[in-house]
Parts: sequence; structure tokens; C-alpha cells
Amino acid sequence: MAKTKHKMKVSFGDRLISVITYIIYSIFAFVCLYPFYYIAINSISNNDLSQRGKVILYPLEPHFTNYVQVFQLKGLLNAAKVSVERTVVGTIVTVMIAAFLGYMFSRETLWLRKLWFRIVVATMYFNAGIIPWYITMSNLGLKNNFWVYIFPVAVQPFYIILCKTYVEAIPKELQEAAEIDGAGTLTVFFRIILPVIKPILATIAIFAAVAQWNSFQDTLLLVTDDKLNTLQFTLYRYIQSASSLKSLISSSGNAASIAQTLATAQNQTSVRMTVTMVVVIPIMLVYPFFQRYFTKGIMIGAVKG
Amino acid sequence: MKNANSKRVDYRKIRGYKEFLLILPFILLVLLFSYYPLYGWVYAFFDYKPPFPLSWDNFVGLKWFKSMVENEVKITKLLNVLRNTFAMSGISLLFSWFPMFFAVFLNEIKCKPFRKFVQTVTTLPNFISWVLVYAIAFCIFNSAGPVSSLGQKWGILEGPVNFLQSADHVWFKMWLWLTWKNAGWAAIMYLAAISGIDEEMIEAAKVDGASRMKVIRHITIPSILPTYFVLVMLNIASFLSNGMEQYYMFENSFNKDYIQVLDLYVYRLAMGSGGYSLSVAISMLKSGVSVVLLILANKFSKLVRGEGFV
Repeated sequence: MAKTKHKMKVSFGDRLISVITYIIYSIFAFVCLYPFYYIAINSISNNDLSQRGKVILYPLEPHFTNYVQVFQLKGLLNAAKVSVERTVVGTIVTVMIAAFLGYMFSRETLWLRKLWFRIVVATMYFNAGIIPWYITMSNLGLKNNFWVYIFPVAVQPFYIILCKTYVEAIPKELQEAAEIDGAGTLTVFFRIILPVIKPILATIAIFAAVAQWNSFQDTLLLVTDDKLNTLQFTLYRYIQSASSLKSLISSSGNAASIAQTLATAQNQTSVRMTVTMVVVIPIMLVYPFFQRYFTKGIMIGAVKG
Repeated sequence: MKNANSKRVDYRKIRGYKEFLLILPFILLVLLFSYYPLYGWVYAFFDYKPPFPLSWDNFVGLKWFKSMVENEVKITKLLNVLRNTFAMSGISLLFSWFPMFFAVFLNEIKCKPFRKFVQTVTTLPNFISWVLVYAIAFCIFNSAGPVSSLGQKWGILEGPVNFLQSADHVWFKMWLWLTWKNAGWAAIMYLAAISGIDEEMIEAAKVDGASRMKVIRHITIPSILPTYFVLVMLNIASFLSNGMEQYYMFENSFNKDYIQVLDLYVYRLAMGSGGYSLSVAISMLKSGVSVVLLILANKFSKLVRGEGFV
């Protein structure tokens, strides 16, 4: 009995820390999660109530017409298609190149291996700047071209380092045995390396896919063709148009036109939130599924990067 | 014997060349997309007016570099942009310990599902783009958003307020958004480092009667300081490069004077007002300073830890 009492006395400070940490981390979690929840419940609530800021804790008069409407918006389905295409194609290309180069740079037979590796890795530390980049892309004919989403980001030094580190950790005997049996460089890669390094490729695939899905600057700078707009860019344009509607309201004095603009603006608010949801949902869906791979990737990166 | 050996060497060499041919297309991609743009720096020495090609007639030497400081207005503008860049990066650097402490105390939570939940939820914002962050910010903080309407309901605010259209505390707010997006993710690195700490050391300290705070202070934090140090060094190396997307999204006519950082300024200069050559000149100077910072940080790291990070 006396022993327990003693223990409790010692742990009083610890307990206080416990309580405080629980409270603080609950707040952090709330701050990170609530915005998503707020937009989700507003996108399915009565638009009028939502516009007046009444929807705060749970959806009111839920309906799904916003989602139906949003998918009828001009260009949105096409933008979704472009976003999915660039994410799928871009991820496959980036991951395969990272795997292949990671493997090749681990091969001691490769002619001038160190030099090529340094040339690739050095690109992590410099950047020509936005204008030279823009001019290069124009010169290469990548303006208003789908491949502007793929080629410039195809070779990613950081992912290559991750793959190289992983390949180097595989026992060399595995490769040597296959080579004695007459397997060539490519056969070894496809038959032996690729199946073994799958875990790190999964990590890289997530990073690459999220980067592709989220990318916005390339569309902003190099794409004027509406057919190549992505979801991110479409969302950006909706937010912009909402802001300009706001300024329209403040500048026009006519009551009737104000009412009309407000009606459009109201719809705009809901549409904007719904578009936001449409862009966020894919990330939310894959995120918990792939979360376990993050730590692994980061730890390998921390050792080497 | 000798013959066989040299044959083997030959074979290895030929194989090496063949392998080089396999990676050649990718090396060309790197040269094309990362090295070839460097050629664009010559525009800083010309009076470039797109779409006309460069010609020696337009060569202006160091005109653009001189023009940055040629009159009062330009100096004021440049100083303003530099001030914002330094303020944003400075605040980030000042609070760079935050993710570390976030990880340390998160690790103290004994209830595993709760810890997992917090980690999952706080990492999520890292995976959305700045466009989405702004879309969310707009929904939450515009004049019809929950903050404004609750503020009015509780009598804190007198009327609807659009919090994004304000020139107050812009730097700090930008840091808050950056932290909202990145802190959970940055904490993962420290959590990985913490999981590498020898359990026995902590147990031994506890047996000797160390409280949790003492364990944190004398074991956990010293063990992850090297990680922190590397990240601070990287932070310093990229002091001038805040990126432009965040500020591009959050910029409006109210906060313009406080939000324009170098990267955004360079973009606006070229795309907005057609100052291609001047913008290239500025980003060239920026790159120069960044390389020097990187080298210095790396040297310093070698001095302190005995190894660099590049």
C-alpha cells in the first residue's frame, strides 16, 4: 500500500504532463481535421444555410445536387481526366526510371558510374530559375503539350538515391548467381531487382503520385489550352472567380444587380467547396492506405540524403 | 592465364559501355531539363524582348544588375522584397524546433491508437497542394466562414470579417499556414530518430528515479539533436528560396507589401510586367547567394559534426 502511494507521488508531475499533452494534441488534431470536415458537411448542406455560416457541426438538410452540378460544370470532367492521366503516367514513368537508374548506379561495371551519378544528384542543389525554365520548355515545344507534365519531372535524383541505397542492401550473390547463369543487365533488373525492391517503389510511387496530383505551377506557366487543364488549376480558377465576384458586389450600387450577384455568389460558394472536396477526396482515399510506407521511406532518406 | 584475364577485363569494359548506352537516354533527359536551362542565364546580359531571338545588338552587359540599385524606387522595392523574404525565412528558422518538440511529446503519449490518430491527422495537410490549402483557408476564414460567423455570434466581432484580406501579422500567419501543412510531416523524421534510441538507456534512467521530463531533457532531446541540426542547416541553405506557390495563392491587394518574397517577385516581374532580363538577373544573384549559403552550412556542419550533409 505504502509502495503504491509513493509511486503515485512520484508520478504526479508525469500525470500532469500526460493530461496537458492529451489536451494539446487533441487541439492539434482538431485544427488539422476540422477544415476538411467543415467543407465536407457544407458541400452537402442546404446552400442557403451554408452561405449564412449556419453549418458548423453537422450537415443541415443534406442533399447531393452540388456534386451533380459540379460534374456538369464545363471542363471539370476533362480536368479530372487530365489529372488522373498525368498522375498515372507520371508516376509509372518516374518510378520506373528511379528503379532502373538506382539499379544501374549500383553496378560497378557501368562506365564512368560515379560521374553520371554526380551529374544526376547535383541537380538537387541548383535551379536555373523560372524564366530560363519557361524559355527552355517553349523551345522544346512543351508548351500546351501533355508531356510537359511528365518529362521534366521524370528523373528525380532523390528517388534514385533511395532506390540505389535499397539495391545496395540486397546481397550481391543474388545478382552474381543470375549473371553466371547468363542473365544480362536488363534481365537481372526485371527478373531479380524489380521484385525485391517493391517496398521502396511503393513509397516512391506515393510521393510521385501526390506530387503529380498536386502540381499546379506547370499548368499555370505553360498551359493555355483548356483541354490540358488539371483539377488543381480548375479549382484555382474557381477561387479566383469567387474573389472577383466579391469585388463586383462591393463596387456595384444597383440593388437588383447586387441581389443577382449574391445569388450567383451563393451558388459559387457551394460549388467551390464541392470542387475542393472533389480534389481532396482522392488524396483522402489513398492516404490511410499508404501511410505505413512513409516512415520507411523517410528513414532510408534520412540515412542517405 | 594472362590472356584469359585480359579477356575478362575486356568483357567487363564492353559490358560497362553497353550499360552506359542503357542509361544514356535518361542522362540526356537530365541534361536537357536541368542543365540546358542554365544557358538562359545569358538573358541577364541582354535586353531580351520575346519572341525575338537574342542578338549581339541587344547585349547590355551589366545594365540589369546596375539597374537594381539605380534609383530610390527600385531600391525600396528590392529592400521590401528582401525584408519579406528574411522575415518569412527568419520566423521559420526561429520556430524550427517546433516539429521536434511536437514529435518528442507525441512520443510520450502512451495510448497507441490516440498517438496513431494524431500522427495520421496532422500529416494529412502535407499531402494537399497550396491551391487546396488556400481553398480551405478561404472557406474557413472568409466573411461567411465559421470563424467570422461564430465570432459574431459570441460577440467578439462586430460584423463579418474576411480574415484573409488583412495586412496584419502577414508573416506570422504565413508561418502558421506553413506549420499547419508541414509540422506533422516534419515530426515523422524525429519520431523515426526517437524510435532509434536505446530502450535500455531510458529504462536505466527511470530505475534511477528520473522523471519523464528528465528523460526527455537528458536522453530524448540530446539523441535527436543531430537530426535537428542537419535540418536547420538545410533551412539556412535555402534561406532565400521560400518557393512561390504559398505566397502566390495568399497574395491579395491588402497584404501585397508584406507577402512578396523573392521567388514571387521574380515571377511577377517576368510574367506580369515582362521584365524578363531583370528577373533573370535577380534570380541569378539569388542562386549565387544560395550556393554560398549551402557551402557555408555544409562547412559548418563538417566542423561541428565531422560530416557534411551534401
